[in-house]
Amino acid sequence: MRKISKEEIIETVRKLYMDTVICLPEDVSKALNEAYQVESGLAKEILRQIIENQKIAIEDKIPLCQDTGVVVIFVEWGTEVIYEDGDPMDAFNEGVRLAVRDGYLRASVVDDPVFERKNTKDNTPCIVHFELTPGDKLKITLAPKGAGSENMSALRMLKPAQGLQGVKDFVIETVKNAGGNPCPPIIVGVGIGGNFEKSAILAKKALLRKLGQPNKNPAYAQLERELLEEINSLNIGPMGIGGNTTALAVHIEYAPCHIASLPVAVNIQCHCARHKEAEI
Amino acid sequence: MINIETPLTDEVVENLKAGDIVLINGYVYTARDAAHKKIVGLIKNDAPLPFDLKGQIIYYVGPTPAPPGKVIGSAGPTTSSRMDSYAPLLLSLGLKGMIGKGQRSEEVRQAIKKYKAVYFLATGGVGALLSKHIVSAQEIAFPELGPESVKKLLLKDFPVIVAIDCYGADIFKR
Repeated sequence: MRKISKEEIIETVRKLYMDTVICLPEDVSKALNEAYQVESGLAKEILRQIIENQKIAIEDKIPLCQDTGVVVIFVEWGTEVIYEDGDPMDAFNEGVRLAVRDGYLRASVVDDPVFERKNTKDNTPCIVHFELTPGDKLKITLAPKGAGSENMSALRMLKPAQGLQGVKDFVIETVKNAGGNPCPPIIVGVGIGGNFEKSAILAKKALLRKLGQPNKNPAYAQLERELLEEINSLNIGPMGIGGNTTALAVHIEYAPCHIASLPVAVNIQCHCARHKEAEI
Repeated sequence: MINIETPLTDEVVENLKAGDIVLINGYVYTARDAAHKKIVGLIKNDAPLPFDLKGQIIYYVGPTPAPPGKVIGSAGPTTSSRMDSYAPLLLSLGLKGMIGKGQRSEEVRQAIKKYKAVYFLATGGVGALLSKHIVSAQEIAFPELGPESVKKLLLKDFPVIVAIDCYGADIFKR
């Protein structure tokens, strides 16, 4: 057994959030640079700005994007970890609160969705998905998600008879409807199976996979390739102004499901694909 | 590359074509969802507006707070379509330009044509780069809205693309 304190979680979350809004993962940066090489005209100019933006964000230590998101945290909580400091959610929220203060991040969370919509002023509460894992470690993956791309995401309960074609049609339809709104070039996270909520979490998790790393199942890897090719032939292009780079990748995660179900969730991620992990 | 200065005149707007790269200089005003709702409320009540709309450009942005020593934080565009239901009214009252990201409704495109205005596309997610082109920022209305308050920004060579011109040509319609 191993003891982990509230302070350790707070500091890890604070640092992850402050870092992730300023610096993109290397694989995303690389994919954007590759897209810049193959594009031309206005699409190339947009990608040039996106690449230049990364340098300025790091130099000036200011967020890449003004939408510093709703903080989504995936936690793998080792069953041998002891936590005695009360509600762990307090620690995660405090980490977010401090990062917003210390990193001059934008407060984009309102307390209720329909009536008052009063800004909570510190981006809390964050959304945390806990998973129990063997061992005595705490793995924290933090992915702040902006609304531009989140708003363009969709979930549909297909009929099993719709099968492969139904899945493909729904993914393409979602990307088409999104057009330039979610800040393409996008990364398309697809969650298939499980049930209603499981498919949505799978779609979001799919966004965390390293770009260019295909699904281990060859059939799903093939589907990823086909979807990426089709999406990039839609001529949506960077920011929707046309071009060959609409998506940098399509990542699918899947899970077993009910005999009567075929849930499909599409979580769209903008080019500012921020996420970072740490282990305590 | 075309350099323009605000406030916009018919002559300047007529010279802009969808697909042009434009650098904006001068004052613009920020307003997004909640600020638009309030402005339209003021118009309906015949109350004075935080700024005179005539010839002006509204930038759909909710910046991050300015760190010490900086005039503004990260300041890229937000999705314009959320403002579609408000835009025709503002255009009818003299608003000449909008800066945002993503496509607009047919109704907005028609209003842009009718009132001889222009919709500019700024690159989404490049708030750090765009902040370099904002020389000053002053909150002028609705401070209670936090990041959604109305600010007067002074722009210098702020890079945008003409997305819908005053002739109705739309870069997103291909």
